[in-house]
Amino acid sequence: MLDRRDVVKRLLIDRGDLLVVPGLGAPTYDVAAAGDHPLNFYLWGAMGGAAMIGLGLALARPDRRVAVITGDGEMLMGLGSLATIGVKQPPNLAIVVLDNRHYGETGMQASHTDAGIDLIGIAKSCRFADARAALTERDVDDTSRLLHAGKGPSFVQVQVATDDVARVLPIRDGREIKRRFMDALPKA
Amino acid sequence: MDDRPWPDAIYAHFKRMNIRQVGYVPDAGHSRLIKRCIDDPEITEIVLTTEEEGVGLVAGAFLGGQRAALLMQSSGVGNCINMFSLIQNCGFPCLVLVTMRGEWEEFNPWQVAMGSITEECLRLAGFSTYRIDDPARVDEIVRIAGDRAFNEDKAIAVILSQILIGKKDWR
Repeated sequence: MLDRRDVVKRLLIDRGDLLVVPGLGAPTYDVAAAGDHPLNFYLWGAMGGAAMIGLGLALARPDRRVAVITGDGEMLMGLGSLATIGVKQPPNLAIVVLDNRHYGETGMQASHTDAGIDLIGIAKSCRFADARAALTERDVDDTSRLLHAGKGPSFVQVQVATDDVARVLPIRDGREIKRRFMDALPKA
Repeated sequence: MDDRPWPDAIYAHFKRMNIRQVGYVPDAGHSRLIKRCIDDPEITEIVLTTEEEGVGLVAGAFLGGQRAALLMQSSGVGNCINMFSLIQNCGFPCLVLVTMRGEWEEFNPWQVAMGSITEECLRLAGFSTYRIDDPARVDEIVRIAGDRAFNEDKAIAVILSQILIGKKDWR
């Protein structure tokens, strides 16, 4: 099983001009731990909304690449958005699910993916151009290339360990998160 | 006297305000406006599986420098409540046009439960609301509502009442 912190660090180490939307909970801490950046739109709530924020952003900025990095629980709450993304077919959008098969924030209760619910199958049937699993470090490197160059929409389920990792807390003020993101993103 | 169908008055304000993304769940009351948006190559229309998705869409669009609007029925407001916290917490402009059900000559009594609390829910979720019964006022009210949303980074809902919608054959 991959280490979630290593995975996210590896995905973002050469992030270039990637726009990143981390889902609430552990993915927000993982993205913060990889290095704070104004083009991270950290979520502290709005569970189930990360993929749709990514879609709005990807449609508004076809000149940039957008990566939603979220957890299995957050993705499960917004499964319909995979169908909505499949209709619009944004080539510049990738969704990375850090799947530890559990709800880490609430006491490690099993999620639907632990019972075998297949997110990759769902993404495929929602017409994602590329839907795959990442189980090895090599797969993570392939995922990194997909974020920057793949023809999306792309979906990657990264199978990560359930280990509890220390929280790294980024800024929480939503207006500030928005303001610095928009200040750092030059107009199209 | 403005003799345009009222959805066309709303569409004209979408163009004036440079709305570039419109999220919707198919709705009979909004059908004419939805068609105008689909036919406009400058507007990306996004059909949603649930109205809640539209809230994230609006936020993402604005982060990317585009203005968006949401079209929904009163029942859809109930689907959005927790996601509206994204708008409140970050101060995103959010213009929502709500067609009402369950308040006037409603044939389906199941629409009443949500329709009767729609406007109150919106206010509790941080929206300012404007209700329109008279088609002659659509132009003025949508102009003011839209300008407030984008000048104040504010959540604004325009309630298109069932009296207004009922006056037209919107099927």
